[in-house]
Parts: sequence; C-alpha cells; structure tokens
Amino acid sequence: MAAAVTSTERIIDTTVGGGPRLREGNGLPKNGEGNRQEGGDSIRFSPDRYRIGVWVAIGSILMLFVALASAYIVRSASGNDWQSIAMPKVLWLSTALILISSITMEVSRRSLKRQSDAGYGRWLMITVALGLGFLASQILAWRQLVRQGVYLASNPYNSFFYLFTAAHGLHLLGGILALGYLLLRTTSKRGTLEGELRRTGAADAATIYWHFMDGLWVALFLLLFLWK
Amino acid sequence: MGRVLGIAIWIITLGSVWMFVSKRWWFPEAISEHGPRVDSQFMITIIVVGVAFAAAQIGLGWVVWKYRDTTSTIRATYSHGNNRLEVVWTVVTAVVFISLAVMGQRVWASLHLNSAPPGSYRVEVVAQQFSWNFHYSGKDTVFGRTDPNLIDDSALNYVGLDETDPNAKDDSVVSTLVVPVNRPVELILKSKDVTHSFFVPQLRFKQDLVPGMAIPVHFTVNKIGKYEVACAELCGMNHYKMKSYMLVLPEAEFNELVAMPQEKFQARKDELLNKYQLPQY
Amino acid sequence: MAEAAHEEVHRHPAPTSFIRKYIFSLDHKVIGIQYILLALTAVVVGLVMSILMRMNLSWPGTHWPIMATLFPTGAPGGIMSPEFYLSLVTMHGTIMVFFVLTTAPQGGFGNYFLPIQIGAEDMAFPFLNMMSFWVTFVGFIVLLLAIFAEGNLTIGAWFSKLGESFAAGSGTVGPIGGWTGYPPLSALGKVSGPGQGAGVNLWIISIAIFCIGSLLGALNFITTLLNMRTKGMSLMRMPLTCWAWFTTAILALLSFPVLLAGGILLLLDRVAGTSFFIPGGLYVSGSLVPLHTGGSPLLWQHLFWFFGHPEVYIAILPGMGATSHILSTFARKPVFGYRAMVFAIFAIGMLGFFVWGHHMFMSGMSPYSAIAFSVLTLSIGVPSAIKTFNWLGTLWGAKIRFTTAMLFAIGFVSLFVAGGITGLVLGQTSLDFFFHDTYFVTAHFHLVMGVASIFGMFAATYFWFPKMFGRMMSESLGKFHFWITFIGVYAIFVPFHAMGMLGMPRRYAQFGEYEFLKNAHGLVLFVTIAAIITAAVQIVFYFNFFWSMFKGKKATDNPWEATTLEWTTATPPPHDNFAGVVPEVYRGPYEFSVPGAPRDFIMQTEPEGAEIGAGLGEASGNGGSGHKH
Repeated sequence: MAAAVTSTERIIDTTVGGGPRLREGNGLPKNGEGNRQEGGDSIRFSPDRYRIGVWVAIGSILMLFVALASAYIVRSASGNDWQSIAMPKVLWLSTALILISSITMEVSRRSLKRQSDAGYGRWLMITVALGLGFLASQILAWRQLVRQGVYLASNPYNSFFYLFTAAHGLHLLGGILALGYLLLRTTSKRGTLEGELRRTGAADAATIYWHFMDGLWVALFLLLFLWK
Repeated sequence: MGRVLGIAIWIITLGSVWMFVSKRWWFPEAISEHGPRVDSQFMITIIVVGVAFAAAQIGLGWVVWKYRDTTSTIRATYSHGNNRLEVVWTVVTAVVFISLAVMGQRVWASLHLNSAPPGSYRVEVVAQQFSWNFHYSGKDTVFGRTDPNLIDDSALNYVGLDETDPNAKDDSVVSTLVVPVNRPVELILKSKDVTHSFFVPQLRFKQDLVPGMAIPVHFTVNKIGKYEVACAELCGMNHYKMKSYMLVLPEAEFNELVAMPQEKFQARKDELLNKYQLPQY
Repeated sequence: MAEAAHEEVHRHPAPTSFIRKYIFSLDHKVIGIQYILLALTAVVVGLVMSILMRMNLSWPGTHWPIMATLFPTGAPGGIMSPEFYLSLVTMHGTIMVFFVLTTAPQGGFGNYFLPIQIGAEDMAFPFLNMMSFWVTFVGFIVLLLAIFAEGNLTIGAWFSKLGESFAAGSGTVGPIGGWTGYPPLSALGKVSGPGQGAGVNLWIISIAIFCIGSLLGALNFITTLLNMRTKGMSLMRMPLTCWAWFTTAILALLSFPVLLAGGILLLLDRVAGTSFFIPGGLYVSGSLVPLHTGGSPLLWQHLFWFFGHPEVYIAILPGMGATSHILSTFARKPVFGYRAMVFAIFAIGMLGFFVWGHHMFMSGMSPYSAIAFSVLTLSIGVPSAIKTFNWLGTLWGAKIRFTTAMLFAIGFVSLFVAGGITGLVLGQTSLDFFFHDTYFVTAHFHLVMGVASIFGMFAATYFWFPKMFGRMMSESLGKFHFWITFIGVYAIFVPFHAMGMLGMPRRYAQFGEYEFLKNAHGLVLFVTIAAIITAAVQIVFYFNFFWSMFKGKKATDNPWEATTLEWTTATPPPHDNFAGVVPEVYRGPYEFSVPGAPRDFIMQTEPEGAEIGAGLGEASGNGGSGHKH
C-alpha cells in the first residue's frame, strides 16, 4: 500500500461509505477518515492538515494586508499631503522574479508528485534562490528610494510603500525558511507512509503559501501602482 | 436549591425593574427641541427591554423552581426542540428588534441628515486639553481667519485667531457656550490636540471633536438657563474636570451679548453666569 | 462495531523531563492549564486595579498610606492622582479583555477540551500550540513591563534611554488612554500626558505580541476541528462547546490581524514619525506638534473596532458553549434546538463583523453609515434571543441537579440576558446622543462580556476540574462562592445603569466637579462596597481551586454522568487522551433521558442499540457513580 501512495490527494481521496477504508494500523495519521457517517451516502473529502493549516494561515495574513490596504485607501483621501513617487524600476525585476519562482515551485511540487526526488530538490533550490533574489531586489528598491531622499516618514505614500514591502518581505522570508526546511528534509530517506504523507503535505502547503505570496505581491504592486 | 435560586432571580429582577420604574435616577430635564423625542424613544425602548428582561428572568426563575430535581424516578422530558417554536420566536424578536432599530434612527436622522436650518446661530467650538473655547463671530457674523500656527496659549490666543484679519476684529473667544433660546444653533466642532466630546446631558446631545476635522452639528434649545458642559471622550489626565457652562439666553439678551467686543463680552458673560442658576438636581 | 472503536494508533510517548512535561509542553492539556493559570494570575492584577479605582471614586482625596509606599509618584502622599486612576482604567481593561477573557475561555478550556471532545489525540500542530501560549505569556510580561516602566523611576529611566517616545517613569501604572487607545492621545507621546511614553509603546507591543499568539492558537483550533474529528464525529454531532470554540477561532483569525495592522501603524506614528493617525497642526501642551500632517484619528477607530467588536464575541461565545453544555448535562435533557443553537452561534459570530461602527456613532463618521450599523447591531439581538429561548427550552421539563457548575451556568443565562438586553438601548443612534460613553455602556459591557463570560468560565471550571485534576472541587465552598458572586455582580453593575441615566461619563477620575452627578454619590459608594465584598469572595474560589487540586475528593471518570468524549477517558486523561484507542462516535452529544434506555444518559461512544439497553448491563435509573445532590 505504501508504495502506491504518490500524493496526498490519493490518500485523502473520497471515502465511500461502507467501502474499503484506510486503517489506522498502517501508521497513517487518522485524520480525515470517514468522518461523516450520518446518512450513509458520504462521499467525504477531508484535506490534509497542512493544507487546511496553510489556507487558514493565508486567511489571517490576507486580513492583515486587507486592513493595511484599507488604511492605505482611507489615508490617501484623508489629508492633502498625499504625494506619490515614481516607483523604482527594479520592482519590475522583483515582480518577474517572484512570478518565475511560482512556476519553479510548482514544477518542484509536481516532481515530488512524480516521485522524482532529485527534481524536487533541484527546483526547490531554484525557488529559494529566486525568493532570495526577490528580497535582494526589494532591498535594492529601498536603497534607490533612500538615495532619492525618500524615507519612511517623508510622506504617507512612502510610509505605506515601505510598510507593504517590509510586511510582504517578512512573510516571504517565512516562506523561504519553510522551503529551506523542506530542502533539509529532501536528503532524508523515504520512510514510513506517514512520513511520506507529511512530506507531500508539507510540500503542497509550502506551494500554496508560495503562490499566495506571489499573488499578494502582485496585488500590492498593482495597488501601489494604480492607486496613487 | 432550585426554589432559592428562583426566588433570588426574581428579587434581582424586581430590584432592577424598580430602579427604572421608580425614576429615582433619571434623565435630567430635557431642554432641546429633540430632547423629548429622545426621551420618548427611550421610554418605548425601555418598556420593550424591561418586558423582555422581566419575562426572561421570571421564566428562568420559574423553570429552576419548577424543574428542580425531586427524587422521583420520572425522567426529564426527552425533546430535541421544536422547529415551529424556533421560527416563532425568531420572527417575533426580529420584528420587534428591527422595528426598534428603525424607530431609533428618527431623531438621529432629523439632526444629522439635514444641515442646520437657515437663520441658525453659528459658534465655533475648539476643544483642548482640558478646556473649551467658544469662538463667536461678533457683529459682522463672519468668523475671523484662524490658523494653528498662530495658536499661542500663553498669549491667550487659544484658537489661533489672525488679528490682522478685519473679520477677526469683532470676534470673541470665551470659555462659555452662549446660545439663544428657541433659535437653531449650529456648532462647528474642532479640537486642537486630542479627541474630546461635547456633552450636555439636558441637551440629549453629544458629539466628538476630532483633531483634523470640523464637524458641524445643530440643535435648538428651548429652555433658558445655565447648564454644565462635560467632556465625554477620554482626553487625558484632567478629563474629569474639562468642564464648561452653556448659557441659554433670551433672544434680546443674547443678541446684546454677542455683539459686544471681547472684553465686554467676557465681563457680561461672567455676570450672566452668576445671574442664572443650574437646574435643581 | 466494538472492535472499530478500539483500533490502535501510532502513539507518541509522553515526555518524561519536567521541562518538556510542564513548561515547554506540546500536550494541549498542559498548555490549556498553562493558559488557565495565566488567566488566574492576570485576573488578580485586573481585579486589584478595579478595587483601587473604586476606592478612588468613592473616597477621593483619602490618604492611603500603603499607596504612598507602593506608588510614591502615582499616589503622592497616598492620594491617587487622576492620571494614576486613568492608568488603572487602561490596564484593567487591557488585562481583562486580552489576558483573561480571551485566554481562559479559548486558550484554556478550548485548548484542553476541544481535542478531547472531538476524539483527537492532540491539536493539529502541537508545536504551534506551545508557541501560542509562550508568545501570549511574553505579551503579558511586556504588559507588566509597561506598569513598571511608568511606575518605577529606575526602570523608567532605563526605558527613557531608548529615545524620546520611550520617556517613562511618570508615576502611573501604564498608559492613560484607555484600552481603546484612541490617537492622537495615544500617538503623541509623553507630551499628551503622563504614562504616554514607554507605557504606550510597551502596551502596543504587548498587544501585537498577543495578536500573534492568538493567531497561532486560532490556526490550530480551526485545523484541528476540521481535520481531526474522530470516526462518526460529524459536525452536527459535536458538542456545542466545540462549535463555540470553532466560531471563536474564526473570529480571532479574522479580527486579530486587523488589530495587529492598527498596532503597527500606531507604533510607527510614535517611534518613526509617520502620520497615519496624527493630523497636522496639532497644538499640545503649549506648543505646536511638528512633522505630522494629514493623519486620520478615525482610521484607528475603524481598525480598532473592526477587531474590538468581534473581540466581545471572542470573550463570550466560549461561555455560551460551556453554558449550553453544562445546562444540558445537569438538566438531564438534550439541548433544546441544537441546530438553532449552532446557527445562532455562527450568526452572532458573523454578524459581529458588521457592527463595529456602533462604537463610533458619536465619532464624526458618516451619519448614514451609523444608521446601517445601528440596524445591523439590533439584528444581533435576534440570534442572542434565540440562544436565550433555547436555554430556557432546555431547562423546561428538566430534572435539574444544582451543582455549582449548574448554578454558574444558570447565572450565565441570567447575566447574559441582563447585560445583553441593554444593547437594544445602546444600539440606537438616537439614544446614544445621551448614553454614549456613560456608565450605561460600562454597565452593559461589564455584565455581558465581562461578568457573563466569567460566569461561563466559573461554570466550566467547576464542571471540568475533576477531569483536569482528577479531584472534585468542594461543592459547599463552590456554592458559597456562587451565591455571593451572583448577587454581588448584580449589586455592582445594575446601579451602573442608574448612573448612566444621570448621564455620568465613563473614565472620570472623580465626579465631584459636576452638579448633575451629585445624586450619584450614594450609588457610587454602594457599588464600591459591593465590589469589595464580591472581590474578596473570589479568595474562596482560589482556595477551593488550589486546595482541591491536592486535597479534593478523588474524581471518577464520569462524575457528572455526562455524555461527551472527555468523560469516556481516564481522569485525568492520558498523554494521548484516549490511551491509544480511537473513540468512535455513534450519536449526538446530548442524549439525556432517552426513553427506554437503561440509564438517563447515553454516551456518544455507545453503539447503536444502547437506547434499548442492548449490550449494556448497567443499572437503570438516575442515580449514578460519583454524583452528589
């Protein structure tokens, strides 16, 4: 049974009431199994806990940025001191880097799904490099602004610019740390079924998070670009 | 235990209801045109609230009295609920509460969704830690220019009045609010430091003064007298004594006063403050 | 069927070292108890502060020698200064709302019992769970630092070295801007008053840390509940406590980030010179405030109350859940209208996100949006009323066992009605012209989110203590505690309404300045005496709690003859909750007094057929092991 498991989706696939079920004795985490017995029909999809966890976390991070973005919009209308600046060109590079990193992350995840450990590790590493490149490019943008004499408190637009990039950067750094952890784990041998599930689950979760960071940056970039 | 608890709940209910019914602690007398409408909306609300409160508490007292565990072997009623009842009480409470909500907007709408009626007397209010400044436009009914850069408390220029502006010549800034009786009043509320709130209990009126904003509000007072103005938004250490008075004057007395230049205004206002008495509480 | 319920699962060994077992434990049960102990500590600080406030209000200008010793600058000569009073107001509010009403119900009881009640062996992410507690703990320490930084000259001087905005040692016990921290008062620094230097910075940092801790907790709760329910534990078979904790976690997940955002902006305004909330042209304490322009004080209020209103429900929903649970257990009746209760919890939680503006009717926001907020606010009364009706329905036709837990649960219902119903007054824009920021508001929220929530937690404590510590709490001490507290809290908070009727504003250090308040002096004194007595009786609770932990009567596995999963396992539960057995659930959570069943309760794990006594050889009737009348 263990060898047949290639993805989390497979394991947590629908469980038809009365049909064969995965047994706890196999060392599987017992989560997500046959929870609904009422009614008996019960095709129940119960996603993996890492995946739920990451979606829940995304919900709260999204609220943080929604709050900041609302503050941005309210503040832009509240005083007559709002002055936007020309966005540093290097931000286009940042955007390109993070968009590409999303693709490499996806490639990495699919490699794992195909049981290609080497491909998984390689693409993961590329993604980390692109992520670090993104952060470097963001810092470059800051340095350009500082050279122009644009500081955090110079103007509310700038305050938000620094705040958005810093908050996003911190969250992305968290993502990079998570990828680093996955990278460390790639060297370990394939073990129990539960271990495999945890590995694919974590990779899935990290991918979701990474795509979210990508989308979040694009949204922030558009906000800063279009709502001046 | 059930009987004692039931009785305790009933006594508490009785005491709480008595506190409102006895009116021993009640609103001070309303002095604004909209005041009695606030009071009657409150009466309607408190009757609904009181009936609901008493019904729920008496019911609670009753069930704990009635269904205490007597040692009989008969079991409790086995019931998972009653959908018809759920629908009934949901609909009834929804209708009652939403009606209250709609009624509760009327006074608000009449004051806040309309601008001040023509002929209103306008006063600019500038609050600061921990005092009130009321800026009157004087004879010309035009306010002199103000600028925060000109504010200088030590020179007694509390609102930053620009003395070079001809419109400012006849303006007065005093620490007492003076308004005419039976004539609409418009206040322009500002703050020069932190958020304050203008509150006169008898007016049934309250509004925050927010730095960076000029908030226009209006009301009509219909009873001559002297009333206390309190700050109702925490503004710092001496928040509790950020107090002033509102003088409500007959039209003639009022017109005479506000036409006076600053010093005479000040002196005359002090006389009037002594002349009028606070309401009996 | 019986076999299915006894499958072995992979078991994590229990830690053996003291530190891993009791300090940095990954066990949700230990973490839950840690949260409860944190709340029990914090509530003492908050309660002492409230008594000091009452003393200052009732006996203004009195010389208290002990105060002169403890707070030589905040109470010079033993007389409390107005700023000292305001710092008590601020810290009392902050400590109670965050570190008591948010930690005990959710972090404490939720942590301990949610996994057990759904049949899981732990939370989904034990490490995050541990982090969540310790982050919260650090938040509390930082808040205490705010007290010392402002109250102690030596520590204050140390903070003052960090820069202008950290000026400290003002003689207060923290900031003076209230737990709502409205800027510009909270944003301007020490120039706006004593306590506004390091005190506010530390206060903001503490709350930001608390936000992060709560978010980690919420993440865990939601994932655990969605992912780790045992066999047969469908959503609609969960105890109502689980629904309450789940809804609370969603509220926390979506509201705390907004407070965090506000906190970051406020801190930047204070330390980095930005102008998110500070408008230009301010003139404070004799000089113009330089650098700031164009900020919006109302923006903070929107962000704060977008969090602040759901926070009210974060405090009380777990109490509602516990009350439903306990009422049903001791009424020996199923919860009346289980589905309606679930719907009502969710409706209250979700509506709670759209009513924040009712805190701001007088703030200068658009009067049109005020009307929308007002109507939505009163509609929250509907699900609240549904809950009350269903509680009464649960007790109707019951066979009530008056344990201390049950008394507190009934007290919860009474207090929830008493406190909640005045929301119908305060939610109306027109009535807020008078009542906004008066003692009527103070009465409302203390009764409903303060005292009612606390009653929910008292009920929970008396109810679950045997399971947590393996010993019973003393019922006689518990009942004494209940009676004085129940009457006491009404004696304290009902007169607040009367003060509100007179127009008494909140957050006044003294009332002697105003003639229109002179009729309130008798009430103020009455409340103070009631508060001192009620607070003193809490010593009985603390004694009962800690004494019973070691000396209480040994508890059986199911002393209350309850039905849910926590009562199927050992007392106290083993490290993985069910000793390697995966419980399987066959029925809803509140099957009491089922006609024909051998006992008056059927546990969730009893297989189909238990209704008619098949497979069970136990004695019928309502007497049972360990139950005392």
